[in-house]
Amino acid sequence: MTDLAESNGSTPEPAVSALFELLEGFVMDLRAAGLPVSLSENIDAASAVRHIPLEDRSAFKYALAATLVKNQAHWRTFETLFEVYFSLRGSEYALDGDGNDPFGDADLDDENQPPGEGGEGQGGGEGLTPEELAEMLFQALMKGDDPLVRAISKQAVKRYAGMEPGRPVGGTYYLYRTLRNLDLDGLLERLMEQAKENADGGLSPLEERLERDEFDDRIEKLKKEIEAEIRRRLVADRGAEAMAKTLRKPLPEDVDFMHASREEMANLRRAIYPLTRKLAVRLARKRRHGRKGPLDFRNTVRHSLSYGGVPAELKFRYPRPSKPEIIVIADISGSVAAFARFTLHLVYAISGQFSKVRAFVFIDGLDEVTHLFEGCDDIAEAVHRVNTEADVVWVDGHSDYGHAFEVFWDKYGHEVNSKSTVLVLGDARNNYHAAQAWIMKEIEQKSRKLFWLNPEPKAYWNTGDSIVGEYGVHCDGVFEVRNLRQLEKFVDNLA
Amino acid sequence: MEHRFESVEAVREGLKSVNYLADDAIAGTAFLADRLQKPILVEGPAGTGKTQLAQSVAEMTGARLIRLQCYEGLDESKALYEWNYKKQLLRIQSEGDETNWEDIQDDIFSNEFLLERPLLEAIRSEDPVVLLIDEVDRVEVETEALLLELLSEYQVSIPELGTLKANQIPMVFLTSNNTRELSEALKRRCLFLHLDYPEMEREKEIVLTKVPDITVNLADQIARIVRSIRQLELKKAPSVSETIDWARTLILLGIEQISEKDATDTANILLKYRSDIEKVVKEFSSNTKAHFEAPAS
Repeated sequence: MTDLAESNGSTPEPAVSALFELLEGFVMDLRAAGLPVSLSENIDAASAVRHIPLEDRSAFKYALAATLVKNQAHWRTFETLFEVYFSLRGSEYALDGDGNDPFGDADLDDENQPPGEGGEGQGGGEGLTPEELAEMLFQALMKGDDPLVRAISKQAVKRYAGMEPGRPVGGTYYLYRTLRNLDLDGLLERLMEQAKENADGGLSPLEERLERDEFDDRIEKLKKEIEAEIRRRLVADRGAEAMAKTLRKPLPEDVDFMHASREEMANLRRAIYPLTRKLAVRLARKRRHGRKGPLDFRNTVRHSLSYGGVPAELKFRYPRPSKPEIIVIADISGSVAAFARFTLHLVYAISGQFSKVRAFVFIDGLDEVTHLFEGCDDIAEAVHRVNTEADVVWVDGHSDYGHAFEVFWDKYGHEVNSKSTVLVLGDARNNYHAAQAWIMKEIEQKSRKLFWLNPEPKAYWNTGDSIVGEYGVHCDGVFEVRNLRQLEKFVDNLA
Repeated sequence: MEHRFESVEAVREGLKSVNYLADDAIAGTAFLADRLQKPILVEGPAGTGKTQLAQSVAEMTGARLIRLQCYEGLDESKALYEWNYKKQLLRIQSEGDETNWEDIQDDIFSNEFLLERPLLEAIRSEDPVVLLIDEVDRVEVETEALLLELLSEYQVSIPELGTLKANQIPMVFLTSNNTRELSEALKRRCLFLHLDYPEMEREKEIVLTKVPDITVNLADQIARIVRSIRQLELKKAPSVSETIDWARTLILLGIEQISEKDATDTANILLKYRSDIEKVVKEFSSNTKAHFEAPAS
């Protein structure tokens, strides 16, 4: 990176070269987190920061974002890493108190201090009792006083997080400790009470709703402040590279369905809608392109007029290939439920690309849920109803693939025909029941294609009570589908 | 090369003077695009002011806006240039037998017979232009390649004429609704700007700027309601332009304080799906989100 600075025609000052070094580490970590940063983008970032006044932290951040992050889904990863690399790390954040800052020589430390820190900042809240601090926080949230909230969150972290240098605990632990002491739920309740008192004649439901959203927003900001504060202290203690490593979280499309946390689930749900739209467009295009329909005689003759009656330009009709019919058979027992939900959601969201979609769910009994999706605008709602309304328990509510397939074959087997593509979703953990793998063989013979999607990592297949291999031999394909990226890829190839 | 903008602040001020409220990201990226001479790829949900940004930048710098609307099936002859072959044919026919073929060939492949399409027009223009390539995600991946030479070198190669260099470097904006992933090659050449729904404060400011007769109180209420609506899981969240439409509607109806009834009666301005409207009406009238029992008041 220092070479770069020289090639731009000026000798780098020490500060600038330190910056470039930092930038290089930052880019390395972005790449390690899965962002595809190319060499030319790296160079762009380096030249972009030369045009930006370095003391303007926000401009600096957006300069890096504009040149390095080309996908909105990667923004959060970028932001977290940016905070780690380029945040405030003066010696006051050091945990051991003697100002031993590992990055003391870098010139970035003392950029801008947050506004409003002067009055309430570091030492300001030391003498307060916990009750006074809580009261102050309440007032600050009530008024939406951001600088004060920031100062209090600093104080809260200092007081409650119990951070010690070199302690091998993650940031979430400290966050949990701090939040537990602040009792945010109780705080929200108090804020709402206060708002009601303040309003003459009470709040209408709408107003109450708006007030609550406002306070939710403020509390959310408070949480972010606390998180940032903890991160800053951790960076000061451990150094940016080590921190970046511990903070590395998978991108939304790489989150494992089976082990997603609640927050990751929410992110996944948000990610699925744009994904379905993309898929639908892509599939529709694929259908029209690549193949040509029959010759369009009229159109050809019409165009021949510009060539003096010579049909130099042949015109073809739009091809109308038949759409496949999809039958989804999904295991919705505990461990794989999330995966089944996402796949059903995805398949129904692009159901326009298929001539018909039928959905069956099972645990040890099997039930058809197609009707829940029909005439229902809201797929998320329908997926939710699947979980509550479908009658899928036969004996004990433990997965029994063999029995479920038997029921399917008896009741609906005759409806599988040469146009149907059958998708089976599940981990094939059969609790040592009879496999009934012959049904898979029958279905395979009758259907157009039979695919098995397994949300488990491939290494676990056929271990313990997993018998995916027994079913798999009869399928046209068995795929590991652990995250959105793999699901998208599979569906893309389906139509 | 002279720079268009002095500083990030100047961009923000300039955009404000043409009624476009830019946040840090917008102003910063526009400033960089000018300094680095790179196109900006603007991505985000519909109705967040992507196209408007290009128009406002054009208005603010006093440049001409050249717009290329992308669609499926867009090709070279619609985007870059085309030979006016009917005119070429006439030219050939109007010649007697004595002229030699070489001359005619040189002649019919000259500027006179070249039909300029938006991209070529943008780089050949003498006066400053802003080029807007709208909804670039609508063209096929292969067609994107047409843009690459222009975006990185600001030139167009025409086999018969040679390479045409830009007379001036235009500001280039590409917009995308993200219906598909754009190619790496295209993204690499651009600065990236994601325009999301604005923060509540900014949305309020936007409403205040765009709807002249509105009171601060009403704008505040509108922004807060819209923020709450966007937090629900909807098929299509209200866009900024829909917020503005809604504000105008409320003004026309003479409403100064929005009640639940007003909100639900006019929800069809903000939301375009029946299921979304039903959801919002349900949410707002019953206050089911409450975590605890509200004390009887």
